[in-house]
Amino acid sequence: MSLFDYTLKELQEKLHKKEISVTDLVEESYQRIEAVDGEVKAFLTLNKEAALKQAEELDAARGAESAALFGLPIGVKDNIVTKGLRTTCASQFLDNFRDPLYDATVVEKLAQAKSVTIGKLNMDEFAMGSSNENSSYYATRNPWNTDYVPGGSSGGSAASVAAGEVFFSLGSDTGGSIRQPAAFCGVVGLKPTYGRVSRFGLVAFASSLDQIGPITRTVEDNAFLLETIAGYDKMDSTSADVDVPKYTEALTGDVKGLRIAVPKEYLGEGVTPEVKEAVMNALKKYEELGATWEEVSLPHSKYAVATYYLLASSEASANLARFDGVRYGVRTQNAETMLDMFKRSRSEGFGEEVKRRIMLGTFALSSGYYDAYYKKAQQVRTLIKRDFESVLENYDVVIGPTTPTPAFKVGEKVDDPLTMYANDILTIPVNLAGVPGISVPCGFSSDGLPIGLQIIGKHFDESTVYRTAHAFEQATDFHKQRPSIGGAQA
Amino acid sequence: MSRISKEQVKHVANLARLAISEDEADLFTKQLDDIITYAEQLNELDTSDVEPTTHVLDLKNVMRKDEPKKWLEKEDVLNNAPEHQDGQFKVPSILE
Repeated sequence: MSLFDYTLKELQEKLHKKEISVTDLVEESYQRIEAVDGEVKAFLTLNKEAALKQAEELDAARGAESAALFGLPIGVKDNIVTKGLRTTCASQFLDNFRDPLYDATVVEKLAQAKSVTIGKLNMDEFAMGSSNENSSYYATRNPWNTDYVPGGSSGGSAASVAAGEVFFSLGSDTGGSIRQPAAFCGVVGLKPTYGRVSRFGLVAFASSLDQIGPITRTVEDNAFLLETIAGYDKMDSTSADVDVPKYTEALTGDVKGLRIAVPKEYLGEGVTPEVKEAVMNALKKYEELGATWEEVSLPHSKYAVATYYLLASSEASANLARFDGVRYGVRTQNAETMLDMFKRSRSEGFGEEVKRRIMLGTFALSSGYYDAYYKKAQQVRTLIKRDFESVLENYDVVIGPTTPTPAFKVGEKVDDPLTMYANDILTIPVNLAGVPGISVPCGFSSDGLPIGLQIIGKHFDESTVYRTAHAFEQATDFHKQRPSIGGAQA
Repeated sequence: MSRISKEQVKHVANLARLAISEDEADLFTKQLDDIITYAEQLNELDTSDVEPTTHVLDLKNVMRKDEPKKWLEKEDVLNNAPEHQDGQFKVPSILE
């Protein structure tokens, strides 16, 4: 049994009683990475020397220290800036960005909580993708079956937790990038309410949609991690000045009287029978636990993918303008003029999907097309947001699958952008509406691949989302299953 | 009917400060056309009375006092730059 099979609470107790040391935990992490990451490819950069040194320092304080995440090994997605630790966003443009000058707010909060950063996690370049195949380094593989993708864009964040390489990780979610890989890898991933977690130091993709969130093995651990990273930050003017409750106190196991809405659009065309069955079984479980559910409609769901790709790409085209080869990153060789330098640096540094989205966004924002595409998409966003608001007036949570299918094979969709985009149809509306959503394991396909249950809540009501997820988790044992990578039991 | 031409793609690439090859221009013309055609399903919806959402939180301008404070060291910042000279970022000629 791995130390990472214990929960956060159990590990804290073992550390406090000095049954284990922080060094044990950190060494376990690197040993596991050594053993399996050749296949899983979840990490881009390791922080080994500094992490072991920090472990030694923490061990000296063991027993007397009560920081929330004391001594626990964490992985951080590579679009979250870490001072002095290489941050590439899995892009060749930032290949030489070895010395970032500050920490993201979430990384500062992790440091205050005394977790140990093991390394930086692989992703789709600049978080654009749903399979990790858009990493400019190498594609992370699904620990349950390495012929399959781990999902994306936080594929490394989900795979590293599923493979037992770190205790937990941080990802970012713009259109499903935490929940979809969590579903594909059989772990728990939460996208908080927009504004709940500071985005300061998260390399911006689509600023009105991006949120950082936790990926863990259990709902309780997830709640602990969100408690640590959430809250208003004056460095992010879009972070919300709203009190952060003790999410762990919401985990009562009691869902009696909970009103669940099940959108018919989330169990329709494109959703495989196995996924549908897993969700229906989950709803039965909720009934047994005393909750009730009814079918509802989110009528504008089918427009979410088109709306998202116009808005996210437009915002990305503006955000990625900062990568110009002047202040940091890789500059092209021997450019004659500044304009030539901009164009060649960007074209050499960005991968195909990133260029495609910059092109789409620039087009949608360009003179003569702005109203027809960008403004139209913003108006449809309002309709999608209203869909959720009206359903959540009468129900506590919305439940459906996280993804229409389990993980797909490496190479299966990479040449067809629209098919790849369609995979995000059930996660994208949540970002457009700004509400919180979690994915928890709810079954396995006949191929042995995990299936995720998505639970969506009201703005700033992560507590109910966690309570609902936790009650299901405690009544099932899907989260206790472990993948066997390279024959070794995790 | 094609919704976007290769010339438009090249124009957009210039606006986006991307140098794209002829092959890339062909590929993007087809792919952007597919995506834009797909996006035109939004026209099925009458949105004439719908306010656009730019942001989900009801935020107004967020102001702070304009007070100078210490941030990054100039030397550290310059060390991340591809080229610098005399305490400034160095770039190729800005005149064609």
